[in-house]
Amino acid sequence: MRERAVGRSVVLHVVVALGAVAMFFPFLWTVITSITPGAGLTQTPALIPENPSLDAYIRLITERPFVRQAANSVGLAIVTTLVQLVTSATAGYAFSRLPFRGRGVVFGVYLATMMIPLQVLIVPLFAELKAFGLINSYLGALLPTFASAFGIFLLRQAIEQVPRELDEAATIDGAGHFRIFWSVVLPNIRPALATLTVFAFMSSWNSFLWPLVVLRKPELQTLPVALAGLQGQYTTAWDVVMAGSVLSIIPMLAVYLAAQKYVVQGVANSGLK
Amino acid sequence: MTAAPARIGAATAAAARPPSRRGSTRLPGRRGGRYALTVLAFLLPSAVPLALFVLGPMLGAAWISLTEWNLLAPPRFVGIGNYLDLLGDPETGAVFLHTLLYIVGYLPLVLVGGLALALALNTRLRGRAFWRGIYFLPVVTSWIVVALVWRWLLQPSSGVVNTALGWLGIDGPGWWTDPFWAMPSIILASAWKDLGFVMVILLAGLQAIDPAMIEAARIDGAGWWRRLVSVVLPLLSPSIFFVVVISLINGFQVFDQVYAMTGGGPGGASQVVVQQIYDLTFRYGQAGEASALSWMLFAVVLAVTVVQIIGQRRWVTYA
Repeated sequence: MRERAVGRSVVLHVVVALGAVAMFFPFLWTVITSITPGAGLTQTPALIPENPSLDAYIRLITERPFVRQAANSVGLAIVTTLVQLVTSATAGYAFSRLPFRGRGVVFGVYLATMMIPLQVLIVPLFAELKAFGLINSYLGALLPTFASAFGIFLLRQAIEQVPRELDEAATIDGAGHFRIFWSVVLPNIRPALATLTVFAFMSSWNSFLWPLVVLRKPELQTLPVALAGLQGQYTTAWDVVMAGSVLSIIPMLAVYLAAQKYVVQGVANSGLK
Repeated sequence: MTAAPARIGAATAAAARPPSRRGSTRLPGRRGGRYALTVLAFLLPSAVPLALFVLGPMLGAAWISLTEWNLLAPPRFVGIGNYLDLLGDPETGAVFLHTLLYIVGYLPLVLVGGLALALALNTRLRGRAFWRGIYFLPVVTSWIVVALVWRWLLQPSSGVVNTALGWLGIDGPGWWTDPFWAMPSIILASAWKDLGFVMVILLAGLQAIDPAMIEAARIDGAGWWRRLVSVVLPLLSPSIFFVVVISLINGFQVFDQVYAMTGGGPGGASQVVVQQIYDLTFRYGQAGEASALSWMLFAVVLAVTVVQIIGQRRWVTYA
């Protein structure tokens, strides 16, 4: 009986490990390809490259505005994240702590915007920003990302968990709403703020359709858009395309490893509600 | 008792009292212009962008869908002409069919795979966090990178998959270059990316199940399979329901990976709805028709979601 249980456990470990190897292999293969010069139409790279080189990375950086595009991605992600933190926290506070007539309806409208797919908005949004003269501008790429119904909902739920007695105590000490928001509520929802930071950064870093539509000039493009364009430029130079992929994975990987707890918990919680 | 410093004392006492009723008068004032200004100050930072860049464009999309417009010349009102054109066009059926094929291939893969993984990781496994981390890695990778990496893995002549198949004496297919295999290629890449997402949600659901329920079934003599089907799955059904709803919503909106892997090709074999919306707008200058198609897509997604929410009573058990 005991031996059977041990045997089963060993089998389980082996299966999970093999699955993990299969899941991880594409990443490994991406790195290997990127350091195999001339990986292309006819040549399958060797698992251990014979003449590893960083040529593909050098080509990418010298032949394309890749550094600029990486900076675009970083900059847009940082601004989007900061602005979303502000708009989500203030709206979350209003929906939790500032009763006013029609609040339920307004909150309902906010939530409804979460259901509207970007594809429905893409044509009028493009027309609108064209009218503002914001096509091919960072501001044009940023504006539609400034408020996120998901973030507002997340922070509103978190603020609801902050005991109201803390507000009352602060009120007696003479604090107004801005003071309570800043010194009482925000310090008490740090985990939710961390979760939102990671999600906002991740979704900006990985977003594709809107940047593709609004940023048409190569030097303004973000990494995903630039990468999608790379395969047109370097149809057979897979080492270059994979080098670009590696470089665009690394920052996201760093954020993920640093905040793994918040990412996994954020996703896990979304299914429990 | 000696008098404590007045300010702190009062506040602490208030905090220590049982929670007072909502609408307590001790909260900062709620009346008058100042309060209204406070509410506006907290609400406007989010309300302005939502109104300008979501609600406004939504109404705009409804209007544009009733016009003929190439993004340059002034739009010309055509009523429901675009909708009629789309309904009469066999290509509309084709792009919805391709999207449906994607969902039919993708959903069972991530659902069964994610469930199996979640069950495996919910046991006394060594290094659980590490394995979970590996399986979750593709989730944080962008769709474009996923698409490019899989395009390379599945490259017909020098891709590693066909090379490996060659060792086994199998002549691998043309994958994304082949009209039949284009969609399976996209499905494979998408399932690889989303498996970890489904796993984490189902794992959280499993961990929320009271172990006593499973133990009770074990004492009643239920074997592993019986416990899974009769106890674990019903208790997990809210999480499964969430995964299905989210996957269907995302599945109907599939675009990034299609754009980067096949561009809808070869010969339109993997053209999905959103790719069609994009092409209509930016390639063929038919923004009106594109808007109409986007509303049709939204209606379908909404209908499917509503049907699921109504249908959940039949199979979702809330403990």
